[in-house]
Amino acid sequence: MTIRHPGASWRGALAAALVVTICIGGIGTSGDARAEYADVVINNYSDAAGMRPVIFPHWFHRIRFRCKVCHADLGFQFKAGGNEINMVKIIDGQFCGACHNGDIAWSVENCNLCHSGKPGTPTQVHESTIQKLAIQPQAGGQQ
Amino acid sequence: MPFRPTVLIALLFASMAPSTPHAGEWAKLAEDGVHDPKGPAIGLLQQPGDALPNLPGDTAGNQVHWIKALRTGVIQPRPNLDPAREDRRLDKDIYLDLYGSMPSVRFPHLAHTEWLDCTNCHDHLFLPKRGANNISMFLILQGQQCGVCHGAVAFPLTECSRCHSVPNNQAQRIVAAIEAEEAKRSAADGDKAAAPTTNSESPSKTPTDGGKAKTK
Repeated sequence: MTIRHPGASWRGALAAALVVTICIGGIGTSGDARAEYADVVINNYSDAAGMRPVIFPHWFHRIRFRCKVCHADLGFQFKAGGNEINMVKIIDGQFCGACHNGDIAWSVENCNLCHSGKPGTPTQVHESTIQKLAIQPQAGGQQ
Repeated sequence: MPFRPTVLIALLFASMAPSTPHAGEWAKLAEDGVHDPKGPAIGLLQQPGDALPNLPGDTAGNQVHWIKALRTGVIQPRPNLDPAREDRRLDKDIYLDLYGSMPSVRFPHLAHTEWLDCTNCHDHLFLPKRGANNISMFLILQGQQCGVCHGAVAFPLTECSRCHSVPNNQAQRIVAAIEAEEAKRSAADGDKAAAPTTNSESPSKTPTDGGKAKTK
């Protein structure tokens, strides 16, 4: 008599489902965008305001600042689109405005240097694992 | 056949690998698929290919070994905007996953605190207590726990052996030695606590900070 492990069938099904999801994810995301790893697209309000979405290049910033400057001192959450950043806050010296004030980095009148994305590009962390796995981010952004 | 998550994870990495560009190739901003090639920023913004080839190379992520770049002084990123703000470091390795099918994980606090502050991970991502966090590759792959950064900005999850880097038996010996040392210290503190002079050095006696505030 063959004794089957009681969890074997659902585990097999789960494994098959995961492999299929992974394969679809791999095919689905190897296409057009090949931006730099960890580039963040922020498009909470830009499209609606008729501006290009913001592209935040992590690579450029981490040459100049350690993670803790923005993520501890300035209070940026580890979540693309999860910080409720708007231009009023930036002009007030919060978030990007702590440096982008014409003193440490270029000031806010250089709109197009940050708002440089293709219109309609959704909020995302480029090349992130969850983007590659094609797991849909929850409303409000992606970790 | 027993269920083997490692097989799944290996398949997963195989599926992620092809879209990673080869070492030494950085897309031009106008061709990267997210910047607007017709926008006025193209031509003004620095290209990754102008900055990153000057840094120590790597085979994943930005093709930059960021820890090496920092430690060799090739880059000198600021640790704070306000010089009065303390730049905290902790040189303490944590050994995890001692009995799994993969080699054990060595988590180096030093490499992490050179970039990050304690509050970035403690306590909302990780409780400062070994064994208290139920760390799982399935959660990490979904962008939780270590996956908040690894797989988003720090080296990606294709680099298994950078975390799973210590043979299990070796890690078990190290952890046994650490626990013996902690037990000895705890017993010594217990003796001191019986006397009028008190010393709150022991993590086990002060669960609220869990030894996190210690710098050595």
